[in-house]
Amino acid sequence: MRIFAFAAFIALVALPAAADEPVIQLKPGPGLDKVQGNCGACHSLDYIQMNSPFLNAAGWNAEVTKMIKAMGAPIGDDDAKAIADYLAKNYGT
Amino acid sequence: MLTRRSLLEAAGAGVALGGSALALPEMFAARAAGAALSPGVPSGLDASAVMEALPGKKPLIKLSYRPPNYEAPLDYFRTPITPNDQFFVRYHLSNIPDVDAKTYKIEVGGDGANGQTEITLDDLKKMPAYEVVAVNQCSGNRRGLSNPHVAGVEWGYGAMGCARWKGARLKDVLDIVGLKPEAIEIAFNGAEGPAYDKTPDFIKSLPVWKAVDESTLIAYEMNGEPLPHFNGFPARLVVPGWTGTYWMKHLISVTALTKPQGGFWMNPAYRIPVGKFPVVARFISQENAASTPITEMVVNSLITSHADGAKVKAGKVTVSGLAWDGGYGISTVEGSTDGGKTWSAATLGEDLGRYAFRPWSFALAAKKGNNSVMVNAFNKIGQTQTSVLIFNPAGYHNNVMQSITLNAA
Repeated sequence: MRIFAFAAFIALVALPAAADEPVIQLKPGPGLDKVQGNCGACHSLDYIQMNSPFLNAAGWNAEVTKMIKAMGAPIGDDDAKAIADYLAKNYGT
Repeated sequence: MLTRRSLLEAAGAGVALGGSALALPEMFAARAAGAALSPGVPSGLDASAVMEALPGKKPLIKLSYRPPNYEAPLDYFRTPITPNDQFFVRYHLSNIPDVDAKTYKIEVGGDGANGQTEITLDDLKKMPAYEVVAVNQCSGNRRGLSNPHVAGVEWGYGAMGCARWKGARLKDVLDIVGLKPEAIEIAFNGAEGPAYDKTPDFIKSLPVWKAVDESTLIAYEMNGEPLPHFNGFPARLVVPGWTGTYWMKHLISVTALTKPQGGFWMNPAYRIPVGKFPVVARFISQENAASTPITEMVVNSLITSHADGAKVKAGKVTVSGLAWDGGYGISTVEGSTDGGKTWSAATLGEDLGRYAFRPWSFALAAKKGNNSVMVNAFNKIGQTQTSVLIFNPAGYHNNVMQSITLNAA
């Protein structure tokens, strides 16, 4: 029971979206799961739609780097590359 | 994916839920135009922006859910005072507590102060109260209109509002602890925090001279009512003339500093290139060779009677709107119907003070077909709007003269 309660607590804390926040449907593609899991932990994914389509691959890479370096997002190099590639391909110029 | 049509329907549904003020049938068309976003914002917003009412608010244009960023549609700007439930919402961080007014307090101190204290909401209300009518405009208002586009919250025209704020003077609060002569900045924190603990907390500072200005308040009333939750309940900083980044919501600390405030939100965020904009107010302790903090708002205006492309009847048409600046006061607003070759003075409306929206209107004779309408505002120190965008990487200070087309039949 205690273990179950602890697991439920973790699930709640790790829930990426606020309870009453509609699910943002991004375009399907390789890397989308990394975007949902990483970016969606701190902000709603409508930020991505809103910032499109005007950034090129370098522009999206700079945004991902900003989130890691300036905002402290704990994203590993492999995930960061997958995210930047997904954004450039689906929401870039 | 939302289409323009479903956006329109969402807007209509939002109005029906939101109250009676906009229930007139003709307002639906105007509102759909407003919900259809300001001309020129990134097309990605077509798929994501919707009209949505936050608790206690009328429907606003939702740009992002978390943190919540919602702007007001054009038809909410038909009066010089923006009602509380139509006032835009802007947050940097998504962990936003419901602050309990009974236990709420503001910590006042810092190494630039002679002492420290805590102030409750009751303490604040017992201090001499002052009122100011002032525009609160997000630094990034109209960022979405930047050409080329720049990353960020892609605001159209509606990340601003004007309210009658009531509260205690920040100077009077600082006088309780006393400032040391070497104090150079006053820093502010709000109750909201980041979703992740490594994300920088939103902390801002002002130069002492602006902090102790008689118009700078810690406000607990907005248009005669307690502040809405989403506009900083129970008390927020009001910094008339300066952009919204300094207007700390849910204010919980006031800290006098002998060294410049650091952190992401002071540098590199909220900075403009040195020498690019005609601003008078400087924040010298934060300046470097390349950039300086954004300070006062630049002179600006907005046509609020008609959206771009609006249909009108040929003949006399009255165009109206609002003008504002960084607190010098609006002196003149001019309109042009020939693409800026000739200008004529608009009639100015009620003067609610130098920090307020100033209404204006002028009549034109609309010919059948397309009619161009341009507006340019002047302030009392001779500044005007720009005809060409002054591009900067963060998309701040967009005061390009607006030009719309009215389609007369």
